[in-house]
Amino acid sequence: MEMNNINNIPAEKFQFVKRNDLYHDSKFDTKPVSYFQGAFRRFSKNKGAVVGGVVIMILILFAIIAPFFTPFQPKYYDMVYAYVTPKAQFFVDSGIDFWDGYKTKKTNYLGYLKDLAIAQETGRDIIKRGEYTTTDDGSNYTYRYDTYGGVGFGKYKVISPEEFNDIQRYQNETGKQILYPIVKVSDRPSHVKNQHDANIYYKMVDPKASTVRPKLDSNGNIIPNYWKYEAASPSNVIPEYNSIRIEGQDGINENGTKYYYAYGRLVDGGIEIRAEYYEYYTYQHTQVKKDGIAEPSFLFGTTDTGKDIFACLAYGARFSFIFATVVAAVNFIVGVIWGSISGYFGGKIDLFMERFCEILGSVPSMIIITLLKYHMGSSSQALVLFIAFFATGWIGMAGRTRMQFYRFKNQEYVLAARTLGASDSRIMFKHIFPNGLGTIVTSVALVIPSMIYSETSLSYLGIINLEAGNTTSVGTLISAGQKSIIANAGFVALFPCMFLVLLMLSFNLFGNGLRDAFNPSLRGSED
Amino acid sequence: MYMFKYVTKRLGLMLFTFLIIFTMCFVLIKLLPIPINVLPGQDPAIIMATLEGRGWITNIQEGDNGVYTYDRVPIMIQLGSYIKKIVTRGDFGIATTYGEYVNHPVWEVFVKKLPPTILINIYSTILGVPIGLGLGILAALKKNKWQDQVINIFIILLISVPSIVLALLLQYTICFKLGWFPITMSTSDAYFTWDVFRSMLPAVFALSLGSIAGYARYTRAELSEVLTGEFMLLARTKGLTKRQAIYRHAMRNSMVVIFPSILSEFVSVLSGSLIIEKMFAINGVGGLYLNSITFQDYDFFMLLSGFYTLVSLTAGIVIDISYGFIDPRIRMGAK
Repeated sequence: MEMNNINNIPAEKFQFVKRNDLYHDSKFDTKPVSYFQGAFRRFSKNKGAVVGGVVIMILILFAIIAPFFTPFQPKYYDMVYAYVTPKAQFFVDSGIDFWDGYKTKKTNYLGYLKDLAIAQETGRDIIKRGEYTTTDDGSNYTYRYDTYGGVGFGKYKVISPEEFNDIQRYQNETGKQILYPIVKVSDRPSHVKNQHDANIYYKMVDPKASTVRPKLDSNGNIIPNYWKYEAASPSNVIPEYNSIRIEGQDGINENGTKYYYAYGRLVDGGIEIRAEYYEYYTYQHTQVKKDGIAEPSFLFGTTDTGKDIFACLAYGARFSFIFATVVAAVNFIVGVIWGSISGYFGGKIDLFMERFCEILGSVPSMIIITLLKYHMGSSSQALVLFIAFFATGWIGMAGRTRMQFYRFKNQEYVLAARTLGASDSRIMFKHIFPNGLGTIVTSVALVIPSMIYSETSLSYLGIINLEAGNTTSVGTLISAGQKSIIANAGFVALFPCMFLVLLMLSFNLFGNGLRDAFNPSLRGSED
Repeated sequence: MYMFKYVTKRLGLMLFTFLIIFTMCFVLIKLLPIPINVLPGQDPAIIMATLEGRGWITNIQEGDNGVYTYDRVPIMIQLGSYIKKIVTRGDFGIATTYGEYVNHPVWEVFVKKLPPTILINIYSTILGVPIGLGLGILAALKKNKWQDQVINIFIILLISVPSIVLALLLQYTICFKLGWFPITMSTSDAYFTWDVFRSMLPAVFALSLGSIAGYARYTRAELSEVLTGEFMLLARTKGLTKRQAIYRHAMRNSMVVIFPSILSEFVSVLSGSLIIEKMFAINGVGGLYLNSITFQDYDFFMLLSGFYTLVSLTAGIVIDISYGFIDPRIRMGAK
């Protein structure tokens, strides 16, 4: 019999339904999915939001951990090492021309010669591998220039005799040379500009000229112009020196007489020395200050005032995150209380509270900051920022909470609760608030980046200066970065800007993902 | 008539808000100690007399040791005389501590600083609106095709990258590396010469980038929603070509929402962007405001905070009011 021959189903095929065969509701085999579980599932499906979340986690980890791994502090600065380029040990070791503390320098022959002179005296690779390229007419030299070693000697320094002896002790113990022979005062360039320049250790074509031009011997080499004296009859202005000598411990033997170079000169207030800054810096930080800094090496380079960008960025980021979280939490609490009272009771109370918010909210935040700064100029800047952000920040949160309360307050379950005798506060915080929580929490996540950005721009504008409290702000760094554009040191702005962009981008993705997850009906809406 | 009533109500409310904020600022400023800078070679008596003339202090007496004592005029009386001077003589006070402008009337200085700020904003609007709308329309018409996706990525990047970074990037690339423009704006006040115009351009670009992204996103969202409307189907059914339907029906309807936002943006940018003005060293209102903070010049602060508050309040109501004028279906404030 064909199955589709429906018209002719024989009667015996039919059966009577029995009462106990009725199909009742059965239990679901699947597990129930709660609101937050569902939200989490929707969130995990959104790839952009997850990536955003991961990046935020990385940035937060950086802000928490990095300050512990760098010996530098935001208040540290060293003007000699200003605009030093980023240096990562990995790239130095691998010999790649990138992130190695070198920069590409274009200069004329004279500039090249001066760098070469320092390189020859200190034995540092100031001109990387000695390689350079010139233009066809030989007027322009281009080479990789070591911004750390290239500082050379800086100026002549006057130190105390105790320090002089201590440096000798350090030299003898470590074998690292800090002190180099000095040049006799009469042999130094006479132009005021160059008088104290310790990098000039060579003979010059014209010592009186304002531009120093090294004199070369017939082979094209620089002629050192050290202060040489007979070892047997030292001058009474030359202090005793028993440490590394570049001429060798036996001195120079000329016609049977032993000569030594002078490594210092007694002057008023101490001993004048020529110290190689790289080693002197290391000595200063490991022996004298003992602040954990082993040698000059700045992962992200330094700013125009010689601040370590890595440390500043890490401390600034840490401040930003803590600050934004605290402000957001306080705004959340106050906003929720205000908004729920306003939204729940409605009527005259609501009208009055709304007007209050409206007026307060229409005061430009700039003006609030300025007034606070005038009134609390002497107290902590972080406090000024906190009060200013709090003053207007909670209004948005209150508005959102109020909307949620309007949405839920007339629903049947609330009426039922009221009929059963629940108090107002119970209805507000047990029945209505948890339902609006998702939306409100999302808005907190979206508020944090805008707060960090406001803080950044206020520090950029110089209205708020956090540097007094041994912290700093990304905005201050960007401001320094802008100054350094003219000095062709783009890297100063690079890292703070990258941090800010990453933060904003990932928070936007994360916040939108959170919003879509908690509120699927709003998906794709752009507000 | 109905509209008139609504507008007057909104304006009245705005004025009320403004007065409250203004009074609040005035009182808070007057609670501060009066900054009296006596430069070497200046006679303190003259400075005291100036402050007395401004109605701030009274009963000046010179002590034996040359220290001046005075009484402060009650704040509410100061407020009265301040408003009276503004209303009767247009006198907003004189600068007392702002370095280069000491003893200049603040209103005159303010008016002198206004043109660069306004010009830069007008230029950036002229540049930003057509590009933004164009991109938005293109993206909406080519929705979900590659053009739309490219524009979308562009918009997301522009919106997420903070303006401070964008401006810095522009300054570094087109001003410093390529050298097409001067790094900062020329200080000359011949605003309509080529040189000054050229030096303004980086700031104009930086300002317009953000608004381009905003307009494009807004236009795309609005237009693509209108395009799915049933009246569009009707327009095609009655025989209009796609082009006609889009120009005559879709665009007009989407402009109802977009146009007010352009107006409001235009009003709000009058106050300028402090960041852009600082970065490109524009000799405008923003710089004036920042300096008045540093110098603690209260008359400048009062004038400028009044200005900023007024601008932001106006921008707020412009949207609401223009909705009512543009789209007769919307009756604002209707019960």
